[in-house]
Amino acid sequence: MSASVNAAELLAVMASRQLRDDTTVFAGVGVPLLAAALACQRHAPRLTMIIEGGIIGPEIAPGRLPISTNEMRAGRRATMLPAITDAFLFAQRGFVDVGFMGGAQIDRYGNINTSTLGTDYWKPKVRLPGTGGANDIASLCREVIIVTAHEKRRFVEKVDFVTSPGWLGGDGSRRRAGLLFGGVSRVVTTLGILGFDGETRSMRIEATHPGVTVEEIRANTGFPLGLAPEVVVTEPPSDDELAMLRALDPERRFLG
Amino acid sequence: MGDPRLKPAEHDFVAARRRLEAKPKSAGEKLTTLEDAARRVRDGDHVAVGGCLFSRTPLALVREILRARPRGLTLTRNLMCTEGELMMAAGAVERVVTAWMSIGLPWGVSKVMRHYVETGKVAMEEWSHLALGLRFRAAAMGLPFLPALTMLGSDLAGVGGMKTIQDPYSGETLAAVPALFPDVALLHVHRADRFGNCQVDGYPHMDGDIARAATTVLVTTEELISEDETRRHPDRTVIPGFAVDALALVPWGSFPHECYGLYEADFDHFAEYTAAIDARGMDAVGEYLGRYVYGPATWDEYLELFGGERLALQRRRARDLVG
Repeated sequence: MSASVNAAELLAVMASRQLRDDTTVFAGVGVPLLAAALACQRHAPRLTMIIEGGIIGPEIAPGRLPISTNEMRAGRRATMLPAITDAFLFAQRGFVDVGFMGGAQIDRYGNINTSTLGTDYWKPKVRLPGTGGANDIASLCREVIIVTAHEKRRFVEKVDFVTSPGWLGGDGSRRRAGLLFGGVSRVVTTLGILGFDGETRSMRIEATHPGVTVEEIRANTGFPLGLAPEVVVTEPPSDDELAMLRALDPERRFLG
Repeated sequence: MGDPRLKPAEHDFVAARRRLEAKPKSAGEKLTTLEDAARRVRDGDHVAVGGCLFSRTPLALVREILRARPRGLTLTRNLMCTEGELMMAAGAVERVVTAWMSIGLPWGVSKVMRHYVETGKVAMEEWSHLALGLRFRAAAMGLPFLPALTMLGSDLAGVGGMKTIQDPYSGETLAAVPALFPDVALLHVHRADRFGNCQVDGYPHMDGDIARAATTVLVTTEELISEDETRRHPDRTVIPGFAVDALALVPWGSFPHECYGLYEADFDHFAEYTAAIDARGMDAVGEYLGRYVYGPATWDEYLELFGGERLALQRRRARDLVG
């Protein structure tokens, strides 16, 4: 791995590898969308991207990355532009394999908060932008992969507000709430890849990125992390992955 | 958890149906001035805004409404952008109903939204993006609610008072997403005839459902077409004339937001606007309102502040992306 790989590049490459060919992905803007675009170009030509502004199958133009999920740039050369409600209903019907999303605050069960910091929703200490489609993606896709920088302030014991449901309180609570499908399978971070214990649904370390230790991941996480039966080391980003990724975002709008 | 500004009557489907039955549904003339259309918004109205974020926002209508200094509005939009910020800063709105509010990732979390919501001046009632879409769709269908598999189990479910329902067939728990019947819908479309038959290119967003959900529908259009032209391409019509109350011809009616295929959003303008807010806080929004909303008497004068060169560039950029 080139020493010059920055955190956003590492995150985008590692996230793109999670996507398989012949599947569908609901991608949020920023690094998740970059990762999905990279996967489409590189190893998954029959992957279809769905974007919440009402876009199916776009071809993202290098250098003209969309800022939002519903502008002309996001829908470039799309195969369909459904109404927004109908775009989400593809996920409710079961057409969407992977939900690809970021997160402001995340807890040990993969619940995400993008709404408010503080204890009273109506009197927030900090008001965040809100769910957008994140709650829907987390509720409706067959599988959810969270893509985020790994910082202790983000990985907290308990989120102030559950905007997007992960495994809720673990132990079948997601199913009991009426969420029949899906759930968070992995959290791809700047330090490694995390998964969830099959029974307790508590977050655990599945892989470390090259040069990162298990201790380092634990030190940057606000709750105890278990270990998968086998913790592997990820392959560093290859030269061609980095070249394709950098060509997508020459303005460094999302790659920093 | 709760807020006195929540209004459960907004999903009263019987009352909403009676309101629609009582109003004229004419196939006649709808064309009027922007000023006349904007006058139909009353203090305290629940106003739904079409488009999405900075796409096909009915900004000319929003501006004209703000010039009349309304008070006590509830503003609903799936993803809220600068129009919501201006409404807040103008003191026009006491509650917003939305899934998300800011401008976009490069400009960070909206400082205007943070100021008004964190100080309690404006209540922010959050629904998931799909749930808000289903609220409009339930209303468009004339129903009190729609069952759904979203928003369950989250804290979001408690914010707007959403209830659950048991599927009578399987026994499973489903979200019962309540309808939302706004008083007024503000929409901007690509083309319409004088009778209010509206056509849209590119993203449909939620406009079709919003037009059916609201009691009063106000529309601005980029282009006025003949009735013959509508009848030549009826498949392109997304809102029928009988659902429209007032129509105004306003080219560039979304600027500096985008209109699919016609002009791209002016990202430089957003950057200047947010930089001013970063530097001078809410005073900068006040100055912006003075310069862009209260100052220019007409939409044409407003557009002159951007200049023809800027408009031409944004048109070329749009054609480049969609053409």
